[in-house]
Amino acid sequence: MSESPAFEQFDNERASQERVGQAPTANAGPVVVFRNVSIAFDGPPVLEDISFSVAPGETRVLLGPAGVGKSVLLKLVNGLLRPDEGSILLFGQEIAHMPEEQLFPLRTRVGMVFQEGALFDSLTVRDNVAYQLIQEQVPDDEIDRRVRDALRFVELEETFDLYPASLSGGMRRRVAIARALIRQPELLLYDSPTGGLDPLTSTTIIELIVKERDVYHTPSLLVTHRLQDAFILCNHRFDAVQGHMVPLPKGETDPNTTFLMLEEGRLIFDGSLHELVKSKNPFVREFLQ
Amino acid sequence: MPTQAIEKTAKNLVLTVQDYSLFAYRAFMNLFRPPIYWPEFLVQADIIGVGSLSIVVLSGISTGGVLALQSSATLSAFGATAITGQFVSLTMIRELGPVLTGVMVSGRNASSMASELGSMVVTEQIDAMRALGVDPMRKLVTPRITATILMLFFLTIVSDACGILGGGLVTVFMNHQNGTQYLDMAWEHLRYPDIVQGLVKPLFFGYILSSIGCFYGMRTSGGTEGVGRSTIQAVVWASVFIIFVDFLLTQVLLTIFSYL
Repeated sequence: MSESPAFEQFDNERASQERVGQAPTANAGPVVVFRNVSIAFDGPPVLEDISFSVAPGETRVLLGPAGVGKSVLLKLVNGLLRPDEGSILLFGQEIAHMPEEQLFPLRTRVGMVFQEGALFDSLTVRDNVAYQLIQEQVPDDEIDRRVRDALRFVELEETFDLYPASLSGGMRRRVAIARALIRQPELLLYDSPTGGLDPLTSTTIIELIVKERDVYHTPSLLVTHRLQDAFILCNHRFDAVQGHMVPLPKGETDPNTTFLMLEEGRLIFDGSLHELVKSKNPFVREFLQ
Repeated sequence: MPTQAIEKTAKNLVLTVQDYSLFAYRAFMNLFRPPIYWPEFLVQADIIGVGSLSIVVLSGISTGGVLALQSSATLSAFGATAITGQFVSLTMIRELGPVLTGVMVSGRNASSMASELGSMVVTEQIDAMRALGVDPMRKLVTPRITATILMLFFLTIVSDACGILGGGLVTVFMNHQNGTQYLDMAWEHLRYPDIVQGLVKPLFFGYILSSIGCFYGMRTSGGTEGVGRSTIQAVVWASVFIIFVDFLLTQVLLTIFSYL
């Protein structure tokens, strides 16, 4: 990864947003709060009595085996799914029963990276990344500039005019990250961003997430079943001088990266990496091994 | 247990009707509320209108020709072959033009709407759109419905004209009758209620076929197999619903015009 003007551009725009008071401040309350949330689909509950929160600047890694309800939980965060019970606060607003019309403006403040990227296959990479800006009728020149900056951030500037079908799986995820970042969201949701990718590409994606975390400090919730990704996130930091991710000194972990773990729809762990590896819970032990 | 299977099917049917009613209501209300996505509307109008033109022209000419062939054979028994033009034009304009166009367009476009939207659902593109703060109902469904209603109206006119032309060609070149007489009879006996009846129907049929196509597309589940299932259901139900509503509409319109 190389340091680029995209940083400066993103930083400037972030700073201007903070000036107008749209970005969360350090003193603000939790960005996301789940209180006793449960949801079921024609059968036993997929998620049951889930409670946790995401603080400003915090990165929460949601661990668990496949099919345990991780993606469902992520979709509850921005109201793509509605809980049967419980309360969900997003940016301090209760969204569990909020009408869809009122949710749309709230969702524009959240960036979401889907499992397979979920790029619009009839649109070019430029139009995919600029989707929100096009809806807001931002002038074309500005759209082009911001899309190039976002693509430069994920090191895919050359894909500007390509269609998603001509991109590899890893490139699609990176374009999806660029699309999630272009409007400088106040919360980022990653749904298994490395699922199905080879180890090298997975590391590239995780490096982008670390870069985003350490450069912009956007609070985020990341779903994964890959322990190695979770540990890399916790044990590395982005070095802006060198322009790439470097390991933290032995024994140190990122204090703002913490873990949640699901087992059969229930939250069985909420804590730091240190607490995770010391956990006596048999399921956690088995998962770690 | 058989009773459980019947109960489950009945519940699914009721649930589908309820979901469709809510979907159709939302889609209808969105026709009158901003934002209106004009570029999407134009793209869909091109796909539905221009794209369906060839099948509508061909089916219209063939149907008109068949009507002329069949009717002249029957009418000749009464020495009334002169009214072939009247028979073809009234049948095309009042009934066959709207219904045939509706069914043809639903076969082509309800299926494509269901499969396109269904593919977007199973690849999470619809969720991505919602996550980006855009309402898929307004962005994807409303332009398709508006474009279908408008284009089906004009396609029906084309189908009517082609049907009368096809009937004329058969009358002149196969039945060896007088072309001027055919056109005179086709024109002279047309009344405004006939034309109004024929042009009101496509407005309903356009709404039905597009809303059903979009409805089945948007509720797709079960991966690519689910997309195929949605496509079949969309075409079947749109065609059946068009024919059923045609019966109701004909009854209502005939009653209204009998009082005028």
